[in-house]
Amino acid sequence: MEYHALHDAPFVFPNDAYPAWSIMIVLYPYITGMVAGAFVVSTMYHVFHREALRPVARLAVVTSLCLGACATLPLLLHLHQPQRALNVVATPSPSSAMAGFGFIYSFYMLVLLVDVWLLFRPAIVERAHSAPGPWKNVYRVLALGVLEITPRAAEIDRKLVHALSVIGIPAACILHGYVGFLFGAIKANPWWSTALMPVIFLTSAVVSGIAVLTLLYLLLCRSSRMEPDEECVRSLSRLLWMFLVLAVTFEFGDLLHVAYEREEEWHVIRELLVTKLRFSYLTLQVLIGALLPLLILPIPAFTRVASAAFRHSCTGVAAVLVLVQVAAMRWNVVVGGQLFSKSFRGFVDYPVTWFGREGLLAAAVVLAMPMLLLWGAMKLLPVWPPSPQSESGAKT
Amino acid sequence: MSFFDLPIVTSGPAVSGACASGGCATGGCASGGCSTARPDLKSETSRRDFLKTATTLTLGAMSLTLLPGAMAGDDAVPPASKPSGFPSHAKKPMYGFLIDTTKCTGAGKCLTACRVENGVPEGQARTWVERYVHFKDGRVEVDLVPEIGYAASGEPQPAAEDVLRAYFVPKLCNQCVDAPCNQVCPVHASIKSPEGIELVDTDRCIGCGYCVQACPYGIRYMNHETNVADKCNWCYHRVMRNEQPACVEACPTGARVFGRIDDPDSEISKRLATLPTSVLKQHLGTLPLTRYVGLTDEVT
Repeated sequence: MEYHALHDAPFVFPNDAYPAWSIMIVLYPYITGMVAGAFVVSTMYHVFHREALRPVARLAVVTSLCLGACATLPLLLHLHQPQRALNVVATPSPSSAMAGFGFIYSFYMLVLLVDVWLLFRPAIVERAHSAPGPWKNVYRVLALGVLEITPRAAEIDRKLVHALSVIGIPAACILHGYVGFLFGAIKANPWWSTALMPVIFLTSAVVSGIAVLTLLYLLLCRSSRMEPDEECVRSLSRLLWMFLVLAVTFEFGDLLHVAYEREEEWHVIRELLVTKLRFSYLTLQVLIGALLPLLILPIPAFTRVASAAFRHSCTGVAAVLVLVQVAAMRWNVVVGGQLFSKSFRGFVDYPVTWFGREGLLAAAVVLAMPMLLLWGAMKLLPVWPPSPQSESGAKT
Repeated sequence: MSFFDLPIVTSGPAVSGACASGGCATGGCASGGCSTARPDLKSETSRRDFLKTATTLTLGAMSLTLLPGAMAGDDAVPPASKPSGFPSHAKKPMYGFLIDTTKCTGAGKCLTACRVENGVPEGQARTWVERYVHFKDGRVEVDLVPEIGYAASGEPQPAAEDVLRAYFVPKLCNQCVDAPCNQVCPVHASIKSPEGIELVDTDRCIGCGYCVQACPYGIRYMNHETNVADKCNWCYHRVMRNEQPACVEACPTGARVFGRIDDPDSEISKRLATLPTSVLKQHLGTLPLTRYVGLTDEVT
C-alpha cells in the first residue's frame, strides 16, 4: 500500500509555522528578472541588429537600469539586520551561493550604467550646451565635464556600447540564473531543489522583461498620442511568444518529471498544488498567465488580421497576462516552497499583511519605485530613438 | 599573517637600480620595463608600478576578506570560550548526541530546561519531542509533546484499545558534519566550533533566513526577539564548562545521551558500540552527529 503521510493528521515542525521568506523575496526575483529581460531586448538591437526593435532599444536599457537600481530594495526590507547588509560584500563566505549576489549584481549594474551613459552621451553633451537655466548644469554633471564629442570619440563610444552589450548578455544571464540557483540549490526543499531552477528563472526573466517593455512601449505611445511602430510590436510579440513557450516548457517539464517519476516528495507537491496553490498555480500561472497569452500572442505575432490597433491591444493584454504569470510563478516558488513543513506531514499558511516593512503596501511601493525612476529618467534622457536623418548627420 | 605583513611592492628597478629581469644593470634593457634604462618612460613606469602595488594590495586585502578562517585557524575561537579541560595544543574533543527513542516517555522536562537555559521565545523551539501514534486501522498520527506534559495539558488522548503502538522522538540540532546551514550563510555567521558544534555568530548574522531554509530538519528559526538566526547548539556554553546540555541534565529517563565520541570509555561511546543507530534524512548526505536508537520509517 502506498503510504501518504499527508492523509493522516497534519503535523508541522514548530519552527515551520512562520515562513521565513516574505513577499519581498517574491519581488526580488520578479524585479531582477525584468532587469535581465529588458536588457536582453536591448541587445537584440545593439548586438544582433534586429532593426524592428530600434524604437524600444533605448527604452529597454533605461528600463533595465531603473529596475536594477531598485532590485536590492526588497532585500533590504526583508533583512532582519539591514544595517549589516554590506557584510555580504565585506566579509563574504565563499561557500555561500548568496554571497555572490553583491559581486554579480555590482558588476552587472556597472556594465549597465556605463552602457547607458555611453549610449546617451551625445544627447547629454548636446543638452549641456542647449538646455535652459540650471538644467545645463545638471547635464554638465551627467557629461562628467566632457562637453565635446569628436567623431573619433563617437566611434569609440559606439564600439564600447557594442562591447558592453555583448558583455551584458552573459552578465544578465548569470544575474538571473544565479537567482534561480539560490533556490535550486536548497536540497532541504523538494519544491525548489532542481538543477533546472536557474534555467526556469532565466527564461521567465526574459519573458517578464519583454512583457514589461512591451507594455511600457504601448502605454507610452498612447500617453504621448504616438502610433506604435507596427513592426516593433510584431517583433516584441514574436519574442514574447517564443520565450513564453520556452519558459512554460521548462516550468511544466520539470514538474511533469517529478510527477511521472513519482519522486519521494511528490505526494507533498501534489497536495500543495491542488490545495494551497490551486488558485495561484493552476488558475493564475497555468491557465490565465500561460495558456491564454500563448493563444492570444500568435494573432499579433504571425497574422495581420483585423486592424493594427486590435493587434496592438492583443499584445498589450498578453503582456499583462504574462506579467501576472511570472509574478504568480515567483509567488508559487518562494511562498509555495514554505507552505509545507519539512516534516512533509502538514501545511502552514502565509500571513498576508497590508502594513509593515514586508506588507502589501510596502511591496506596492517597491514595485512603483522603478516606474518613478523611469519617469524621471525619461525627463532627463531621450529614450525614443533619434530620427534616421539626425543619426546619419551625426555619423558624417 | 596580518595585513601589515603583506609584501609591499616598491618601484623596484627605479628605486634600487637593480633590474628584476637581471639583464640591464646599466641600460639597453631588452625587456623594456626598466626605468633606469629608459628615463623618458619614467612616468609610464611609475604608473605601472603603482598599478602593481595597487593590484597586490587589493588581492591581498581580498584574500584577507575571503579567507578569514584560513588566516585565523584555531585562534579564531576566543581564549575565553575554549574548554578549560583541554589545553589548546591538545586534539580537540569530538562530541556526539544519542537519542534513545525507546527510553523517552514524553515527560517534556527537556523542553522547559532548554527554553529556560537558552531564553527561547514562545512559539519557537531549539528542541521538541514528537509523539507517533500508530492506530490499529493503519493511521499514523504525529503531534508535539506539550512542555507541561500531556496530563497537565488536558488534551484528549487516544483510546488505548485503538492504539497499536506509540513512541516519542526528541528532535534537536543534528550538528551535521556537512551542514547545509553553514554552507549557505553568506557572511560567516554560521560557524563550526573546533569541537564540530555548529554555532551562530549573532553579531555577524544579517537575518537573511537562508540558513533557516537550508536546514532540512527545521531546527533553525529567525528569533523573534533578537532578529537573528537561532538554533540548538548542544548548549555549547555549558559544554565548554564541562557540563551536560540542559536537556540532557533534565531528562529523567536517560533518553538523551551526550558526550565525547572520541573517548571509548564515555557512556555515549559504549552505547554507540552496542546499539544499532541511525540518523534522520540520511539520503541528504549531511552526516549528522546526532544519532537515534529506534527510528522508524515514519519519522522525518
